[in-house]
Amino acid sequence: MAVAVRRSILPGFGLTMGLTLTWLSVIVLIPLAGLFLKTSELSLDQFWAIVSSRRTLSALKISFGLAFLAALVNLVMGTIVVWALVRYRFPGRRLLDAIVDVPFALPTAVAGVALSALFAEKGWLGAPLAAIGLKVAFTPVGIFIAMIFIGIPFVVRTVQPVLIELDPEIEEAATSLGANRWQTVTRVILPSLVPALLTGLALAFARAVGEYGSVIFIAGNLPNVSEIAPLLIVIRLSEFRYADATAIAVVMLVAAFLIIFVVNRLQRWAQTRALTH
Amino acid sequence: MTIQMTMDRERALPHKDRPAAPSRAGMEYRRTEPRAVRICIIALAVTFLAVFVVLPLVVVFAEALSKGILAYLAALSDPEALSAIRLTLLVAAISVGINLVFGLTAAWAITKFEFSGKTFLISLIDLPFSVSPVISGLIFVLLFGAQGFLGPWLQNHQLQVLFAVPGLVLATTFVTFPFVARALIPLMQELGTQEEEAAISLGASGLQTFFRVTLPNIKWGVLYGVLLCNARAMGEFGAVSVVSGHIRGETNTMPLLVEILYNEYQFVASFAIASLLAMLALITLIAKTILERHLDEGRLSHDD
Repeated sequence: MAVAVRRSILPGFGLTMGLTLTWLSVIVLIPLAGLFLKTSELSLDQFWAIVSSRRTLSALKISFGLAFLAALVNLVMGTIVVWALVRYRFPGRRLLDAIVDVPFALPTAVAGVALSALFAEKGWLGAPLAAIGLKVAFTPVGIFIAMIFIGIPFVVRTVQPVLIELDPEIEEAATSLGANRWQTVTRVILPSLVPALLTGLALAFARAVGEYGSVIFIAGNLPNVSEIAPLLIVIRLSEFRYADATAIAVVMLVAAFLIIFVVNRLQRWAQTRALTH
Repeated sequence: MTIQMTMDRERALPHKDRPAAPSRAGMEYRRTEPRAVRICIIALAVTFLAVFVVLPLVVVFAEALSKGILAYLAALSDPEALSAIRLTLLVAAISVGINLVFGLTAAWAITKFEFSGKTFLISLIDLPFSVSPVISGLIFVLLFGAQGFLGPWLQNHQLQVLFAVPGLVLATTFVTFPFVARALIPLMQELGTQEEEAAISLGASGLQTFFRVTLPNIKWGVLYGVLLCNARAMGEFGAVSVVSGHIRGETNTMPLLVEILYNEYQFVASFAIASLLAMLALITLIAKTILERHLDEGRLSHDD
């Protein structure tokens, strides 16, 4: 890796590359490798026993299942938000555009206590929802709400640039060939947004699966009911059951790597599509 | 309305793609939806963001001030709050410093030279973004904890990493690792190497070239990376929570104190600290918008 293929007259390749690889190893790669090394101390049976225990399975199911549902909501609502931001001009549009990034910028613990207060039984939104019989805080619905919050920017920010850059001519062509507006949108515009939409979906999903701070306050954290996988890792650590914590972490990490792989594939797909168009 | 729409759209488009104005104004009309649909979509977007983003923000300040401004100020001047603020500033300063140096060196190596495995290296740098915060803390517990790989050695030398500042710094640095590098790599890739090559061939040293040629070109990008890195560093919760040990007045950062106070039903105090973090987030977003404008301008002026 550390061999410059093309000779450059610029100095500092050895130094900067050396420093980069050192930092990367010390802060990221070695600690992450330690996780896998620790897991390798477990036999396959032990690993499987931990991962397939009822509590672990429930936690993984809750984290992955609700994260996927939340990502789907973000896919739909994110598309609507992007459409409004890119295609329409209305007062407050710039403000709305800036607001989208709040879930990125707001510390997760703050989001957690805020959502929890908002959806608590006496909260601003919790009270009216409780009146119609929907309990949000301290139930899986609360986890779902927090995961929607945390995923909002992903779909919007991946689709927005693509919709802005979309060539108006294909739309005009569809219209002049007799397509009505609905057909143009669903058959011409949305298909060309598919790679970006899927990337946003995958990123929102990945973020929600691993999310901890904004979820634990509103979740109720009842084992097997509303206990997310990251929380179970923390609980196992506090019980000094390191092997359990590590095994759950490895499952989540492998899932995260798979998602990155899918996202990379999606982006390559988007690029080749852009070239052939 | 059509005219304003066209003007705005033209600003949004890169100018090379801008078609001739007259045909545009005519087509613009057909490229949009019926009025009723437009209003519905805007209303949905506004409602969604209002419920999920604006209301939580408002709640933070409402709860913090629910017992009046005096209770709010008292909560913020509590010794525990002050020590959490100090610790947060310290940890963020160190982590941002480390990541700034790393980001600059990594971006230089990656954008100024050609080598194989570059894409792979970039994805390795991005790795911490896809690791759950809790796992980011866990890996340092496994390394430095009493049962960890380095735990016994650290104990023999009486070095405290976990449940102390070094552990907090490591976890925070891990979580914020990609920010500066990520902000700089695309920017420096776009700028190319010509200006630096010219400086070097005119006899400038490497450092002179970096400080006189490269840095002025990327200063907004550096600030942008530092800004986002700092926001995440100060607000990080999951990773820090795992390595902190929650020693009151010693290893609680602001987000951790929010949790502790909340669990003790000290809601005013909890939301008071939370309100400071929320303000940090809002200031970060405003600064980010301003920096993005500078970055766009820089890009356009470089094109011309």
